[in-house]
Amino acid sequence: MCLGIPGKIIEINGSTAKVDIAGTRKEASIKLMEDVKVGEFVIIHAGFAIEKVDEQKARETLELIDEVIER
Amino acid sequence: MKYIDEFRRKKEAQGILKTIHKISRKRVNIMEICGTHTHSISRYGIREGLPESIKLISGPGCPVCVTSAADINRIIEFSKSRKDAIIATFGDMMRVPGTNSSLQEERARGGDIRVVYSPLGTLDIARANPDKEVVFYAVGFETTVPTVASTILTAKEEGLKNLSVLSLHKLTPPAMRALLDSGEVEINGFICPGHVTAIIGAGAYEFLATDYKSPCVVAGFEPIDALMGLYMLVKQLEEDRCEIEIEYNRVVTWDGNKKAQTVIDEVFEPSDSLWRGIGNIPKSGLQINEKYAFFDAEKRFSIPKGEDAEPKGCRCGLVLKGIMTPDQCPLFATACTPESPVGPCMVSSEGTCAAFFKYRRVA
Repeated sequence: MCLGIPGKIIEINGSTAKVDIAGTRKEASIKLMEDVKVGEFVIIHAGFAIEKVDEQKARETLELIDEVIER
Repeated sequence: MKYIDEFRRKKEAQGILKTIHKISRKRVNIMEICGTHTHSISRYGIREGLPESIKLISGPGCPVCVTSAADINRIIEFSKSRKDAIIATFGDMMRVPGTNSSLQEERARGGDIRVVYSPLGTLDIARANPDKEVVFYAVGFETTVPTVASTILTAKEEGLKNLSVLSLHKLTPPAMRALLDSGEVEINGFICPGHVTAIIGAGAYEFLATDYKSPCVVAGFEPIDALMGLYMLVKQLEEDRCEIEIEYNRVVTWDGNKKAQTVIDEVFEPSDSLWRGIGNIPKSGLQINEKYAFFDAEKRFSIPKGEDAEPKGCRCGLVLKGIMTPDQCPLFATACTPESPVGPCMVSSEGTCAAFFKYRRVA
């Protein structure tokens, strides 16, 4: 039930955003977010954006994985 | 970057697994608290891929499953007694068997019981039915709590008079503490839930290191995330380190989502809560505070006490504490299946028994 899916914000109308989740468009409340902009990724849970997804940190994790794996 | 495909690549998954095999020396018990992790670990066959020295134990991380039999019985009784009201809840709650009935059976008997995907759905129902009471049975951990709190704030702003919430919410850290205090199961380290921690922040687990000398890693839910989290935790255990590490750092921070925390604190306050299998855990639940008492179904209605009786033969309590694995239960896959579940762990899509059943290896 704590399932959350990353989605890209494509439009913001007041406290609601249109979000692209793997090709499907959904509406989500952004009332739990301090500030979000169009183009940013957020985690959607139960109709709400609950946190931003940090692209730089994601890249760092992928780099770390590359280091951990033996070549 | 899509944040999904990148974390599902087979080559990387196999690579991390190989490294885990290489560094693992000690016998360790690792608990994954969250039902979403349990599901992911089963789905991608991670349990089977790990070295024999690493034992994964599934924890009490499915909110539907940990809802006590007493609470299940009382909401079924209340639904029975108030056929004039509209009941709303999350889908997984519908089929949980109580002693004599389930919400699904009550719906079949004419009760107006509706499934919502988001707490926001209850606002639509309340707006469309101003002459009816709408009662939302709210289950969930810290991930879901702010969405319910925000919904209550909106109801207040709009002046909705016919919506109330029965808060059955539960908090993760007190349950981890209760499990460790019980001494019933040996846990050497925790894989902590990514989305709960997105809200509360990784700092919430400091007690694990200071009070229990137990390391933990907050991990995401894609297979690479789960594997990387396991690698980081095994490495800590091998090096006798005891830290709070974050694998899922694209979403999780040390302090969490402050705005969501403010919204939770505005509406809720900690309360004692009864967990299936574990019993009462002090300050492990949330009740609606005095300021928002108008939206508290407990205060607005007289909700009967429910019988705290487990279904006959059901061992969900032991499964939830990690003492028993689903396949050790005599009812598993015989008397108890997802089509005809005896206990909640087989009902909920995130229940440990449902995950074991769905992805079990059949010879």
